Amino acid sequence: MNHFSPAKIFLAAFLVNNILLMRFIGLCPFFGVSTALDTSVGMSAAVLFVMLLAAWVSWVLYHTLLLPLGLVFLRTAVFILVIAGLVQFVEMFLKKYVRALYSAMGIYLPLITTNCAILAVTFLNIDYQFNLLQATIFAVGTAAGFALVIILFAAIRERLADAPISPSFRGYPIAFVGAALVALAFLGFTALFGIS
Amino acid sequence: MDWPLVIKSLLTLGGLGLLLGIILLLAALKLTVRVDEKEIAVRAVLPGANCGACGYPGCDGYARAVASGKAPLNSCTVGGPDVARRLGAIMGKEVSAGEPPVAVLICRGGRAEAGQRFQYQGAKDCRQAALLLGGPKACIYGCVGLGHCASVCPVQAITIGANGLPVIDEKRCIGCGLCVKECPKGTLRLIPRKKLVYLACVSHDRGKAVKDVCSVGCIACGLCVKVCPVGALQMEHNLPVMDFEKCIDCGICVHKCPTKSFLDRAQRRPKAVINDRCNGCGECVKVCLFKAIVSESESATPLAQSKSAGPRAQPGKQHKVIPDRCIGCGQCGKVCAPEAIDLVSTDSG
Repeated sequence: MNHFSPAKIFLAAFLVNNILLMRFIGLCPFFGVSTALDTSVGMSAAVLFVMLLAAWVSWVLYHTLLLPLGLVFLRTAVFILVIAGLVQFVEMFLKKYVRALYSAMGIYLPLITTNCAILAVTFLNIDYQFNLLQATIFAVGTAAGFALVIILFAAIRERLADAPISPSFRGYPIAFVGAALVALAFLGFTALFGIS
Repeated sequence: MDWPLVIKSLLTLGGLGLLLGIILLLAALKLTVRVDEKEIAVRAVLPGANCGACGYPGCDGYARAVASGKAPLNSCTVGGPDVARRLGAIMGKEVSAGEPPVAVLICRGGRAEAGQRFQYQGAKDCRQAALLLGGPKACIYGCVGLGHCASVCPVQAITIGANGLPVIDEKRCIGCGLCVKECPKGTLRLIPRKKLVYLACVSHDRGKAVKDVCSVGCIACGLCVKVCPVGALQMEHNLPVMDFEKCIDCGICVHKCPTKSFLDRAQRRPKAVINDRCNGCGECVKVCLFKAIVSESESATPLAQSKSAGPRAQPGKQHKVIPDRCIGCGQCGKVCAPEAIDLVSTDSG
């Protein structure tokens, strides 16, 4: 069992080991949706939602099913299957009963379902030997870190869209250059502490 | 081989899959949300490229907007006129065949109008010239005039005219927009083929700064915005921006613009002609911005006097159009209560 304090887990997931800029996981939504502020906010909400859900389900499944049965090697397949099925179900549920929430993050839910960022959190929860509370905090922290970076970056890209950039650098190239610079800035947080 | 483990794995994964399948099946039955049938039909017609060119989030978003009647049917650029026609069939609406647009040059500063800042002796290519301090033309916004557009035009509709500006053969132009995309200065644009009036200047400078470099550049005086009868023009960054939805192609801005920065594609404009129903109320005189309508009593031409002998509502007070001043904008006809003003096309000029 791990003995990190909740605050340390949250801060590590949020800043020090930021999933986008330090681990470089989940880059597809990072570059795909960060072109405008409103889409990135919607995506962040969907990530928080799915990440929390996935963390709980995968943790419970792992500790009640896979570990006792000695099927730990199946975790990738099982996690993807269960998370995808569950998110599909939740999407239907939201569409029917919570229309406002559905329209707020509707198209992002299926997009993020089996994203590597989601899967990474479920695996890290197990690799770090977190208990359920720690796993929850870790998932929330990671999602918050995702939101922080993608929203910050959307603001940068909205500025970039109007900047006089030479044609060969316009679009993704300059976005990647920008992401690298922001990642360098985040590197500074590693001096604080980290979990591994 | 460890058979128990294989069976255990298969059962676990298969059982989980089956369980989720059943849950989703039940959910699909219980939680279905009725979607508009039209929306499904519309979505089936759309190409599914999710390019967003229509201005809606993906094909689903556009389908929803079309089905609820909020979106125009011809916004799908990927599908083109074919998809627009099929959408029209679903929605039970007529779709205009969607004529291709036409490319126009929105710069009038040729050799005679705009000077050169320096002698350019590099490669004869607009893009290269534009990289060098924005090009040799005195106006940094204007057309470089080395004919890159002409070289990319797939139908050879563009030639460089004697004045050093591209000339577009509108009959040949297929509205593909390649020249618009390639022009390093953004001095070409696509406009609807039916559109007649457009602003032919891209300078964001104002007043003297424009006058110094080009005799036909927009000086941002704002007169066009003031005279536009339908409010289709608005000043943005020192250029009037035209709302094509509102513009009625009356041509008032073309004639009022002090620098002649607007262009009119109409070959010939009609003239207003006042007939015998005129009661001399004077509304048309007030509305005419070109002083082209006068009271008949004011004019002393023999023709007018001979006409005044006929039966009239108020003889001697009827109005008359001075053809040389009339631009055929048709504003007088709108305010004429007895409908005494007709626009007559002038074939002989």
